Amino acid sequence: MTMLHTINKSPFERNAFDSCLTHVKKGSAILLIEDGVYGATQGTAGATKLAAAMKDVAVYALQADVEMRGMQGRLIDGVKLVDYGGFVDLVTQHQNTQAWL
Amino acid sequence: MKLAVLVNEGPYTHQASDTAYLFTRAALEKGHEIFRVFFYHDGVNNGTRLTVPPQDDRNIVKRWTELAEKHKLDLVVCIAAAQRRGILDENEAKRQGKDANNIAPGFRISGLGQLIEAGIQADRLVTFGD
Amino acid sequence: MTDEMMEEGGKIKKFLYINRKAPHGTIYALESLEVVLISAAFEQDVSLAFIDDGVYEIVKGQDTKGAEIKNFSPTYRALEGYDIEKLYVEKESMDARGLTEKDLLVPVKVLTAKEMADLMESQDVVMSF
Repeated sequence: MTMLHTINKSPFERNAFDSCLTHVKKGSAILLIEDGVYGATQGTAGATKLAAAMKDVAVYALQADVEMRGMQGRLIDGVKLVDYGGFVDLVTQHQNTQAWL
Repeated sequence: MKLAVLVNEGPYTHQASDTAYLFTRAALEKGHEIFRVFFYHDGVNNGTRLTVPPQDDRNIVKRWTELAEKHKLDLVVCIAAAQRRGILDENEAKRQGKDANNIAPGFRISGLGQLIEAGIQADRLVTFGD
Repeated sequence: MTDEMMEEGGKIKKFLYINRKAPHGTIYALESLEVVLISAAFEQDVSLAFIDDGVYEIVKGQDTKGAEIKNFSPTYRALEGYDIEKLYVEKESMDARGLTEKDLLVPVKVLTAKEMADLMESQDVVMSF
């Protein structure tokens, strides 16, 4: 079974993003919400790390959070956008959810 | 599916309560059951009826109350966390000798056991916090 | 525990409490310990993980007198009395903070980050504070 990891912190503010990437296992999923969506944007210090993780892990970002921060159009290729219903689906599709607060 | 939600931050300072609300509403719209929404840490501040946000902004507390009324949601405020932060219902106010209470309609105050029970009974527990 | 809970008994789930925050700057460590203590009454399969700044929660020598704040660190030593004995600490988190097992106030099992990831995935409920 696989996990859903949520990250709600900017990678520049705390280590939630790095710590999550260290612990995420192949086949699991990461959903970036709130300030976490900055971690999904191109040209950032963490972008290479996230792109590498995406070989094994599906990465999603909450569309409303991306848009409210003006980050639409800046996302790393392959990051999938979901709405709140999509968030719910990700929760039900995975065995458990870990919030990297 | 049966879902439980844990809200660890109060309204407005953090986005956590907004995200939790929109997640809960979306889950209900999809036909899932919300076993319980549990408010912990500063999350208990979601349960005061005394907030007066600006009229052109969302009313976070009222929004929870209305969602609870519509879907018979169980909104539980942790008693230990609530006592630290001054969230009281009528019984608690009386028991603690306070001159007022402030719990919002649709919320109830109960013990931490309610959170553990939610973890046991629900198929998934989702946490929103800082 | 209420009667209602007793009737619902029988369901045993794996609960993992993940502590990632230092103990005194915010209340999360203290209040998460309160959850862990309550959870003992429900006879679930409880584990605690200390990673990132969470390892500071169980460092020896915490003296809160000068700050006039309650010192809850001895409570970690009392967990054993509640049959909560599965305490896991991440090696990489300790290394990064210049800490070793000798610096900790409770007996723990040290896991690598990879082992910690396996532990997380084997759980039914993960609560992080």
